Amino acid sequence: MLALGQDEIAKYPFLADAGQYLKDQGFSLDQFGSDPDLKQLIEKAYERIRVAADGKIYKSDLDGDHVSKEAALPREVFSFLLAIVLLKLSGMHTLIKRFALAEARRAEKYLEKDLANISDESKNQLAIRVIDDLFSVQVKKSDDYFIIPVSDYLKHSINFHEREWKLINRHVENGQVFLSPHETVRLIRKELGTYINSKIINAKTPTMIPGFEDSVNKLVSLSKKFATYTVTTGEYPPCVKHAIEILEKGENLPHSGRFMLATFLLSKGQTVQQIAPLFKNAPDYNERVTLYQLNHLAGTSGSGTQYSCPSCEKLKTQSLCFATSECDNIINPLQFGRKKK
Amino acid sequence: MQESDILFLEDSFKKYYFNHFDQITVPERTSEREFGYQKFNSGMTRHISLKDDKELHLMLMQNIPSDVYCSNAYYTFPNLPMNEKDWKEADLIFDIDAKDLNLSCRESHTVSICNDCNEVSKISTQCSKCNSSKLEKKSLPCKNCIDASKIEVEKLSKVLIDDLAITKENIQVYFSGNEGFHVYVYNSQFQDIGSRERSELTDYISLRGAIPETFGMRKLKQNRAYFPDFDDKGWRGRFSKYVFGSKSKRSKIITELLANGYTSFQKTLDDVSENIGVKIDPNVTMDVHRIFRLPGSINSKSGLTKTFCDDLTKFDPYTEASFLSDDTVEVFANSPIEFKLKNKKFGPCNNERITVPTYAAVYMICKKLARIA
Repeated sequence: MLALGQDEIAKYPFLADAGQYLKDQGFSLDQFGSDPDLKQLIEKAYERIRVAADGKIYKSDLDGDHVSKEAALPREVFSFLLAIVLLKLSGMHTLIKRFALAEARRAEKYLEKDLANISDESKNQLAIRVIDDLFSVQVKKSDDYFIIPVSDYLKHSINFHEREWKLINRHVENGQVFLSPHETVRLIRKELGTYINSKIINAKTPTMIPGFEDSVNKLVSLSKKFATYTVTTGEYPPCVKHAIEILEKGENLPHSGRFMLATFLLSKGQTVQQIAPLFKNAPDYNERVTLYQLNHLAGTSGSGTQYSCPSCEKLKTQSLCFATSECDNIINPLQFGRKKK
Repeated sequence: MQESDILFLEDSFKKYYFNHFDQITVPERTSEREFGYQKFNSGMTRHISLKDDKELHLMLMQNIPSDVYCSNAYYTFPNLPMNEKDWKEADLIFDIDAKDLNLSCRESHTVSICNDCNEVSKISTQCSKCNSSKLEKKSLPCKNCIDASKIEVEKLSKVLIDDLAITKENIQVYFSGNEGFHVYVYNSQFQDIGSRERSELTDYISLRGAIPETFGMRKLKQNRAYFPDFDDKGWRGRFSKYVFGSKSKRSKIITELLANGYTSFQKTLDDVSENIGVKIDPNVTMDVHRIFRLPGSINSKSGLTKTFCDDLTKFDPYTEASFLSDDTVEVFANSPIEFKLKNKKFGPCNNERITVPTYAAVYMICKKLARIA
């Protein structure tokens, strides 16, 4: 683990060993519940979660690299650690997820600033090391850019659905991708969120601490706000309609198209027997082979893996996407027609 | 395919395998690979693990497969079911196929074989005899097909070397045995990336999914300075050379592009992608569990051998990949298209009984255009 200074722990509190940190500062969790001065910090921790739940980034007492007050530093770290304790006590996973994401975005800002810091080489190096240690992305500096190997870039960028993150829309040279500090950090946002999320999930859940109850109850009611209900129209997306049309005309649908159609319908709950007749018109139709392949996709034969419907991105690559405005930025055909209520 | 045809093909393939052991060798790190084979009129046997050339030759002689395959992936346990194999890494592979190149010559050498009545014709929509729409297409690729495929291989190599820092020594090109080329990349930074990453890489190489902004066009705040320069690296440079043609025309063409607007630029991009993007089969490259035709083995779609191309420019598959015997054999041939093998012309023939060398008979039978008399 990296050796961190006080202000670095405040910026990247998830890097600290929570128990050790409290001990080093000479505090126990019970004290936060009972000591009126310390109890304010629970309020602060709750606030930190509430802001995160709203999709905003917690406004820190830290002002850039300079700390507004010396005392603010440990308070920053405490409010983070206490937020985790509250989340664990509430057991609300939607909140944990939202909190982890917001904290990741908060840390992202600091990482970006540190990465772009040309006057202080050590800040720069720290950011590069955090990225390498946590996410095995080797960042090198090259003039105004940061360069990372194409393979490292791909491992992270495939999680993005925005077209500007496609490799083709990047400056690629000599096996490296050129990124700005902002993009470098943005690239690992999801993993940073996952990292913080797993740290919280893996943290031990303490027994209820006197003085924490109120905030925990408030969190439980807060999380109810985020329950969602969805309805679907039941209409097939254009790619699936297209595949069915091709088959109805007795034309050849490529293997990838058949794969999409079958996995889509299986996911929608149709049985192999219901789906098989669709392929009857295919030029190379063979009932035995069709049933074998459908059963394989459904996971009822072979390895037992149930295959899932390919993403829109993959279908685009395979020239099977015929998106209309109704697709409305979905990322998988299965989401077509699904509306949040 | 009738029994006598299968026996004839098996006999010819067996002779090839027996006489050309030197040409069929296992790839490096043999024991980490999965092998598989197909027999005529039968399904795939896979999840086979082999130790060395000897075991491979034994497998060939015992089974006389129509097609032989080997994984580009490396596994701890190649002979176990897929989810227990323990995937380690995979060489990067590319498939370039003449049938994906939209070549104008295609129509002149493609025949349709009716699945219902076996009628062979050059009409592609429905059977001229029984009107069935269940047609199987067979193509006898011409020199143009091979040359066009070679150009794609050259384009691919350039992107691999210039943009992705692959060294020339780590790129190997093979004639696929039928209509195109297989390209292998060894020891690259991409050995351990998964399927989705490979799919992204494929989009890069084929110039798919580009947005106008990447090539300097914006919706708002347009600026001539954003457009690529002639000497830019990567796709921006290739875009310039294709769209501007010469340095002196750059300025004039940028003015035109700006005048035509953003939506029109997207169309320009589609055209650029179609013309300078490398036409590789995305499904092959992104499949990290594929078993891919083994170099040196015969392709049962043609009877030609998957052959290493030392000098791609000079390579002629119809003389260098045909290894079957010259012994003659009598066949009923119905091939409306002329073809050339080992510098000899054959066909066209209309339901004729002809005597031809084994290599030509195999070629026609594999294409379903002849049967043993």
